[in-house]
Amino acid sequence: MSLRGSACIVGAYEHPTRKAEDKSVAQLHAEVAWGALQDAGLSKDDIDGYVCAGDAPGLGPLSMIDYMGLDRLRYADSTDLGGCSYIAHVAHAAAAIKLGRANVVLVTLAGRPRSEGQAVGTGARAQNPNVPDDQFEVPFTKTTGTSYALCAMRHMHDYGTTSEQLAWIKVAASHHAQHNPHAMLKKVVTVEDVVNSPMVSDPLHRLDCCVISDGGGALIVARPEIARSLKRPVVTVRGTGETAQGEFGGYRDLTSSGAQLTGARAFGEAGVTPADIQYASIYDSFTITVLMQLEDLGFCAKGEGGKFVSDGNLISGVGRLPFNTDGGGLCNNHPANRGGMTKVIEAVRQLRGEAHPAVQVPGCTLALAHGTGGLLGHRHGSATLILERE
Amino acid sequence: MSEKLFAAPVADPTSQAVWDAARQGRLLIGLCKDTGKHFWYPRGVSPFTLSPNVDLVEASGQGTVYSYTILRAGGPTCAAYVELAEGPRLFTNIVDCDLAEVRIGAKVRLVFKATEGEGAPVPCFTLA
Repeated sequence: MSLRGSACIVGAYEHPTRKAEDKSVAQLHAEVAWGALQDAGLSKDDIDGYVCAGDAPGLGPLSMIDYMGLDRLRYADSTDLGGCSYIAHVAHAAAAIKLGRANVVLVTLAGRPRSEGQAVGTGARAQNPNVPDDQFEVPFTKTTGTSYALCAMRHMHDYGTTSEQLAWIKVAASHHAQHNPHAMLKKVVTVEDVVNSPMVSDPLHRLDCCVISDGGGALIVARPEIARSLKRPVVTVRGTGETAQGEFGGYRDLTSSGAQLTGARAFGEAGVTPADIQYASIYDSFTITVLMQLEDLGFCAKGEGGKFVSDGNLISGVGRLPFNTDGGGLCNNHPANRGGMTKVIEAVRQLRGEAHPAVQVPGCTLALAHGTGGLLGHRHGSATLILERE
Repeated sequence: MSEKLFAAPVADPTSQAVWDAARQGRLLIGLCKDTGKHFWYPRGVSPFTLSPNVDLVEASGQGTVYSYTILRAGGPTCAAYVELAEGPRLFTNIVDCDLAEVRIGAKVRLVFKATEGEGAPVPCFTLA
């Protein structure tokens, strides 16, 4: 069964805050939900499905449906694939709609890691005695930074990828972020700026890493008949894919990801190829994340990512594949340390023609959003979404 | 300057034998008896077949660096994946050597390092 054409994104809202000292996580979830309803032109009573991930406070969706007073639910889901969850949630909502279990599904994300004092992504983690891998990994300074750095180092070894090539990804994000008044890092940077920034975890420099921010976002996914009755441009689900990968007993190739599976499935369902994509939101927790995902999705061959991202090829109006035109996680925001939601939101803006004029892709009718969750160097989720404008 | 102690591994009922062996200086890894393939980390089922037909076997302690990174914060720490001679790769630290000499493909050998409190020592590697 295909999800192609089964549902539309009718509401999308990104919270403008980047530091929410005066708000709770639950309040941020509620504010983005309200924002998405306003964007769609719908009301709370229209919502009959709710989806969230592990950033939602409380048991699964229960505390948030109570806080927001969602009292007409027929469908609830709290699948957590890490930061890419919300990309998969759109597919879950579309499946629920196709099966007749919901008409209007709300998806929310919010968090305050910045206000709660998480300064960097290199902090040590505590062991949970029920997580079987913790005892074998946490003693060895397992951090977000080291996990992605291990992938980058091996990619450089196998394919000759360079720090300068990775830096081009940050350079492109910064070119886009200069036009976003909400972006945390609005200054345009050069390849030299990136490679001369302090080394965090070889070979990743500080400017290879995403920002840490508070904030959130929400989506409303609805039945196509409902979408066509609203005043907003119609953005339709065309292709979807999701997976999760472990370490395969100690044999995983650190230079590839689940995007190989999710991309192939999403492109197959959509009946299009990477060459047809006019805009791509690619989760950018680190520069290496983008490079590996572009390869695995098929925008270039494995090992060719370094060449593909160089020379401004990801800059809107300059290169072949405009990416993360909001500035992405590298420059704009990374609410709750989970970048999947904002990836979908910017893809929706592009398809509606509502991105900043300086970065808007002219006549954008086909876009992709892809994310990774968890730790790419250990175990991770992947989700791909292809959206089209009718 | 005293050496940094590693965090103590928190054993569970299925991993106690692994950490007991570590106290004797032996690294136990998983063996799937159906496929003959070794795996890391050790567990009560095969990650290849899900069969409980598994065993713990002692690794030689020889390996090569599959990938590494040097985390700069809090004093340089070299986190790495070491590919064991038996096949699987394990996440570990490279210690007791000049970290600037670490390269992918470098030969390494097992050294156990002390952990905090009464914790079992953890398997690290040093350049061979």
